[in-house]
Parts: sequence; C-alpha cells; structure tokens
Amino acid sequence: MHELSIVANLFEILEEKAKEKKAKKILTVKLKVGSLSGVIPEFLETAFDIYKKETIASKARLVVEKIPLKIQCQKCHTETVKDDFVFICNQCGSRELKTLSGTELLLEKIEMEVS
Amino acid sequence: MKKKEVLVLEELLGSNKKIASEIRKKLEDKGILTINFLSSPGAGKTTLLEKIAETLKPDNKMAVIEGDIETERDAERIRAKGIPAWQILTGGACHLEAKMVAKLFPEIPADLDFLFIENVGNLVCPASYDLGENLRCVLLSTPEGDDKPKKYPKAFTTSDCLIITKTDLVPPVSFNLEHAQKEALEINPKLKIFITSALKGSGIDELIEYFLSSLHQLRQENA
Repeated sequence: MHELSIVANLFEILEEKAKEKKAKKILTVKLKVGSLSGVIPEFLETAFDIYKKETIASKARLVVEKIPLKIQCQKCHTETVKDDFVFICNQCGSRELKTLSGTELLLEKIEMEVS
Repeated sequence: MKKKEVLVLEELLGSNKKIASEIRKKLEDKGILTINFLSSPGAGKTTLLEKIAETLKPDNKMAVIEGDIETERDAERIRAKGIPAWQILTGGACHLEAKMVAKLFPEIPADLDFLFIENVGNLVCPASYDLGENLRCVLLSTPEGDDKPKKYPKAFTTSDCLIITKTDLVPPVSFNLEHAQKEALEINPKLKIFITSALKGSGIDELIEYFLSSLHQLRQENA
C-alpha cells in the first residue's frame, strides 16, 4: 500500500506545474499506469481523493489509463501483450525479449484552469 | 477563465529515482557494492545477513542498513556480529525510499566492500523503489510456498538474484524447488538463483562468491 506515498509525489509535481503555469485550479489529472508498475490503479484513485482535499486539485478528476505489458521477441520480432507475466515468446518460445510497455508510472497530462 | 492542457510526461517516482542514482554514483566512486534485500516478513533476511557476516573473510568489510516499521531489533542482531548497522524506522510505511538511505550517507564508512540494505518485509511495495543498489536480491523462504514468483511479479522481475532460504525445511513444507526456480525464470530469465539454508550453512559460499565477483566487476568498471 505505497500508493499514498506515490500520490504525495504526484501532488509535489502538480503543485509545481500549477505554480509554473499560474493555474487557478486543476481540473483533470491523467496518469499512465503499467500492469507491471507495482501499483494498483484503484488504490491510487482512493489515495488521490483523500489527498486532494484543500489543495489546488480539490475538485480534480483522476483518470488512470492502464497500460498492458507488451513485449517484443528479439528473435522472431513478434509483439505480444502479456497478462501472465511469463517472459517467453508465445510464437517461438525465445526468452530474449524486450519490454515495450507496461512498467510505466507516469503523469501524462494535467488539465487546468488559468486566468 | 480558460482551460489549458499541459503535457507533463513525468515519472511519479522520478524524484526517488534521481536520489537513488546519486547514491549509486557516490557509493560506486568509493568502490562499495550495494545490495538491496527484498522479501516478505520472516523469510530470513536478517539471519542470512548474520550468516554472511560470519562467513565473510575478515579482509572484506560489510555494513548493513536495516529497514523496519518499528524496533531496533534487527540492527542489534547485526551489531552483535561486530558489523556496523543503522536502523531506519519507517513508522508505518511499508517500504524504504532512497531519501531515507541518503540521510545516512555521512555515517557510511568509505572503506566498505559491501553495503547491504535490508528492506521492510513486504514483497509488494519495496519493489517500486530504487535505493541506489547495484544488486537487488529477492528472498523466498520455503514455508511461503513455491508459487510466489508469479504472484509477486514486480519483486521478481526487478531483481538480479533469487535466494531461496530455509531449504532445510523443504521436506516438511513440501516446497518444490524445481517448480519455484522454473516459475521464477519464466518471469525473469536473467535471475541468478541461490539455494540456501542459513541453519545448515549451505549455499552461503556460492552467494558470497557472487557478491565478490560483482564487487570485482564494479571496481574494474570504475577503475
């Protein structure tokens, strides 16, 4: 349950960006969360709603885009979306794989109200 | 009033990552190999460290950073072996963060070979935090069951080595060593695996050999 501490980091970035852009209010916060990021999107949402009170984002909506784990075989170049975390190519059985996505824990964009 | 969309693309754990990189750089410059131990509570991290302390030759110096929610117990056990140890108390937090390790930095002796960090017992949250380590080791004790790698993928995919502990208990707990290794390698083919029993002293020499060769490599790269 480290989602609250991740949300605390998120608010540090939000406050910094709001100040930089002279925002009055933050309306929407969009995150990209990989299935192998180690965090649970639903817990992030709960933590966000607790944390946002009395901040510039008190009315903000959190949108979490879930990113599946996607790998590319370095032998046969097949790209596969994995939901079982088994790092073996479905096509040729090779274990030489490159992770294309699914580990991210990213603040993608912020929608804000400016004067 | 108007709406404005700002593209940020910033990592949420970016600040932790930055501090971790600074720690790694500073320790590497001193020729210290840093090893982060991850496991569920009671997997035998402290006992393994005690055994490593007993087995390491006197010309190899080690120190330990202990992470726990409460109590100084683990650090006291390590100090009893004549090894410098610092206890970080997280006061409830389920993992260590790089900034907690950075605070201890002024106290870490420059002549160390190995700095071990024993994370808070938890197979989930610590996996997301780089502490500036060179090696991450995940411990799996036989009473936990051989099905853990796929249940905790992040801990196993981000680790360099898997240490199976308490193998003296394999028969009574019906732990399937082959299955555990196969499953771990399926989710991380690069994992180095060590089969140990701190009680019987088995597998400890091989593990120390791995740490020594990693230390040698680090020093060669930094020479």
